[in-house]
Amino acid sequence: MSRFKKKGDKETPGISTASLPDIIFMLLFFFMVTTVMRETELLVKINPTSAKEVQKLEKKSLVSFIYIGEPVQAKLGSNTRIQLNDAFATVDDIPEFIAAERESRDEADRKFLTTSLKVDKDTKMGIVTDVKQKLRKVGAFKINYTVTEAKED
Amino acid sequence: MAKATTEINASSMADIAFLLLIFFLVTTTMDVTTGINRKLPPPPEKNQDIPDIKDRNIMNILISRSDRLLVNGKIGDLGTLKQDVKDFMTPHYPDDPNFPEVKEETIDLIGHVYKSKGIISLKNDRGTSYDMYIQVQDKLAQAFNELRDEFSQKKFHKNYKELDEDRAKAVGKAIPVPVSEAEPENVGDN
Repeated sequence: MSRFKKKGDKETPGISTASLPDIIFMLLFFFMVTTVMRETELLVKINPTSAKEVQKLEKKSLVSFIYIGEPVQAKLGSNTRIQLNDAFATVDDIPEFIAAERESRDEADRKFLTTSLKVDKDTKMGIVTDVKQKLRKVGAFKINYTVTEAKED
Repeated sequence: MAKATTEINASSMADIAFLLLIFFLVTTTMDVTTGINRKLPPPPEKNQDIPDIKDRNIMNILISRSDRLLVNGKIGDLGTLKQDVKDFMTPHYPDDPNFPEVKEETIDLIGHVYKSKGIISLKNDRGTSYDMYIQVQDKLAQAFNELRDEFSQKKFHKNYKELDEDRAKAVGKAIPVPVSEAEPENVGDN
C-alpha cells in the first residue's frame, strides 16, 4: 500500500574521496601564504613586558629587530647584551646593521623601515637609551617597543 | 589513430599534499608582533636654541633608578598618572593659571578649537627598568587615547579609532601627543 517502500537494508555508498586532494591543497596554500619562517635564533632571554595600548606591527618585511637581554647560555654571564641578526653585538655595530637593513630593502620602502626593540623586562634603561641614541644618529626614527598585550583588568 | 595515453595514478597526490601541509603547519608562526610605536626626534643640532617654555606648560615626569615616579617634583603614582596627564592636557578656557595655556586654532572638519600648549617631559635614569618605562609610556598612550576618544565623541559621535582618515587626522591635530623625552644624561653614578 505504501508508495515509498523500504528497500530492505541497502548498503550506504562510500563517500567519494576524490575532492580530498583539493581540500588539502587549499589548506596547504593557506599555510604557505601565511607562514613566516623564523629567521633568527635567539641568543638572549627575552621575557617581554606587557602594556594595554598596543598596536599591531604591520608589514613584517619592513621591520628589523634588535634584541636586548641576558644571554641564554649561562656561561656567557648575566650582563645584558645586544643581539643583531644571529650574533652578539655592541652598540657601535648598530649603524652598520641599520645600513645593511636599508640596503636589503627596495629604495621606495626604505623610509618605512621600522626598528623593533625586543627588550627583556628586567633590562636597565641605560643600554636601551644608548641604542636609541645610535638609532637617532643614523636616522632610523621609527621604532617600536615590542610588548605583549595585557589582559583587561 | 592516436593511442589513448594511460592515465597517471593520482591517488598519492593527497599524501604528497599532506606532507607539505604538515611541514608548513609545523614551521608556521602565527604570533602577531604587537608593540608601542614611537618616533624618535632627530638628533639635536649644534648650538640649537633651547625653546623657552613656561613652567606651567610643562609636566615633568621623572622615573628614578629605583622605579619610582616624580611628577612635577612630587612623588607620583602609576595608578593616578593617567588621570593626572588627562587633567593636565585638557584645555581650560578661560585661562586658568594652574593649567597650561591654551591657544585658538581653526582646523578643517572641526572648526574652532582651543588647544592646550602643554608639554609632557619624560625623563628616566639609566638604572630605570625597562618594564617601568613601558608602563609609564603605556599610561601616557592611554591618557591621550582617552582624550582623543572623548573629543571625537563630542565632535563626530564616534571613537577615535572608528573615524575615517581625514577626521582622524583632524582630531590628531587638535589633540597632539606632545611627549618629549629629555636628552639622556648621567644622573649619579651607574
